[in-house]
Amino acid sequence: MTTNPSTQPNARSSMLPESDVVIQTENVSIYYGSFQAVRNVFLDIPKNRVVAFIGPSGCGKSTLLRCYNRLNDLIPGARVEGKITYQGVDLYDPKVDPVEVRRRVGMVFQKANPFPKSIYENIAFGARVNGYKGDMDELVERSLRGSALWDEVKDKLKQSGLSLSGGQQQRLCIARAIAIEPEVILMDEPCSALDPISTLRVEDLIHELKQQFTIIIVTHNMQQASRVADYTAFFNAEAGDGGSRFGYLVEYDRTENIFNSPKQQSTQDYVSGRFG
Amino acid sequence: MTNPSDRVISDIAPGEFDTGVSSGRKVFGNVMTGLVFACVAIAILPLASIIFMVIANGLGRFSPAVFTELPPPPLVEGGGFRNAIVGTLLTCLIGALISVPFGVLTAVYNVEFGRGNKLSQFVHFCTNVLSGVPSIIAGLFAYGVVVLTLGTFSAIAGGVALAVLMAPIVIRTAEEGLKSIPRDVRQAAVGIGATNFQSVFSIILPAALPFIATGVTLALARAAGETAPLLFTALFNQYDAKGLREPIATLSVLIYNYAISPYKNQQELAWVAALIVVLLILAVSILARALTSRKVY
Repeated sequence: MTTNPSTQPNARSSMLPESDVVIQTENVSIYYGSFQAVRNVFLDIPKNRVVAFIGPSGCGKSTLLRCYNRLNDLIPGARVEGKITYQGVDLYDPKVDPVEVRRRVGMVFQKANPFPKSIYENIAFGARVNGYKGDMDELVERSLRGSALWDEVKDKLKQSGLSLSGGQQQRLCIARAIAIEPEVILMDEPCSALDPISTLRVEDLIHELKQQFTIIIVTHNMQQASRVADYTAFFNAEAGDGGSRFGYLVEYDRTENIFNSPKQQSTQDYVSGRFG
Repeated sequence: MTNPSDRVISDIAPGEFDTGVSSGRKVFGNVMTGLVFACVAIAILPLASIIFMVIANGLGRFSPAVFTELPPPPLVEGGGFRNAIVGTLLTCLIGALISVPFGVLTAVYNVEFGRGNKLSQFVHFCTNVLSGVPSIIAGLFAYGVVVLTLGTFSAIAGGVALAVLMAPIVIRTAEEGLKSIPRDVRQAAVGIGATNFQSVFSIILPAALPFIATGVTLALARAAGETAPLLFTALFNQYDAKGLREPIATLSVLIYNYAISPYKNQQELAWVAALIVVLLILAVSILARALTSRKVY
């Protein structure tokens, strides 16, 4: 298996001197059955920063993201090669319990997916399954304030989470994610189903959340990446040996470098809107 | 300044857009539409005539007495069949108590844990076979397992026979209900660190509850009308059963016994019992619809 010559020189991210690394991705390839979806990714995620994954559809951004909390385990046939470490622990070590990983690494999905329960229960459920023993009312309020939703829902906590608008539902999902006090929050295109105003609110929220959390966000919206992310990783897809397309990391750098002075031509083409 | 309507051009022939004008295409369409309605009418006819006959023959004797009194001996007028009403409710309840926990948990295994593996495929196949088993065979099974063991016909044996018939219905509808819960919600539950068990029993099963309730009511509606499996399990009883371990009357067996009896009063009671069974099944079906409309997804 040949590595893509255009990717390797920059893919190794050694440009993060000012911050501790929480997640290391070392030579990771991801397969669905025999199909290779992602090839040879090296990527370090710095603590308390926002990292954006951008790139065309089918380049493996979401696939890689879902490895960081082992959500790919749910997909039959998904397999990871290489090494992903979280605070130095190999996430794919057979001894690692994925349920514990997901408590530390939370997730917000593309489509808002509140539980069909009350707003209060949406947040309390996660805390309860994780053995939270403190004041539940206080935790619910704190989480909803954290996701800038409290003022809108404080009088209707007993109502179903599904009764909220799309933007509110997504912020409820963010509140649910931060209620279990993870260290990393993965966001898989969290704004793709939201209107511009709800999107702005979520982006503001991401800015606040990075004080406490490390955030990795997959987005198709390059303006969004440039607004919220400290670092940006550009992925692209290419036809492999057998003709099937695989995704790989093209370039990973500070966001302003990716958008203003990328080192790779394909990055330049993508961020300026000239695809291919 | 020209009038704007002068600038509108048209090449539509007079009457071209009118509804009344017939071309071969439109006539064919109308004929086929008529044919479809005729088929619908033919399909509904049996149900309509059953309901009509049952009401016409049963309503005359319909009175509070049928709910409160026992069947009279031959050649005695009046009476009712409270024992059979209680018996139908009781055998159905026993059937539900057995089939619902097993059925729902089987569906949970198939959809949430087995996820299409060999065992769940096998269980799925068995469910299909079971749903095709004639009800008399279910009765034979209960006769062999319960009646011969306990040494007596009983409500328990009737309930077991009905449970065998209800289980596939419960399993299938519960599976459909569980499958209807979006994958996003499962991922959300797992994504916040819930174990498989927690996500299934706290999130997915409650969300699927309206579906499951629908399945249970449909299964009850089927069981309430079953006769064959009860003939040699619950048997029949002229009087109130004093316990679960003795023969008990049910509406369907009462209809069977009295409809073929030569006495006019008993035949009339059979018609009233038929009316009550039909109303019971109708009510349960309406309840099932109401429950389905409450689904979350």
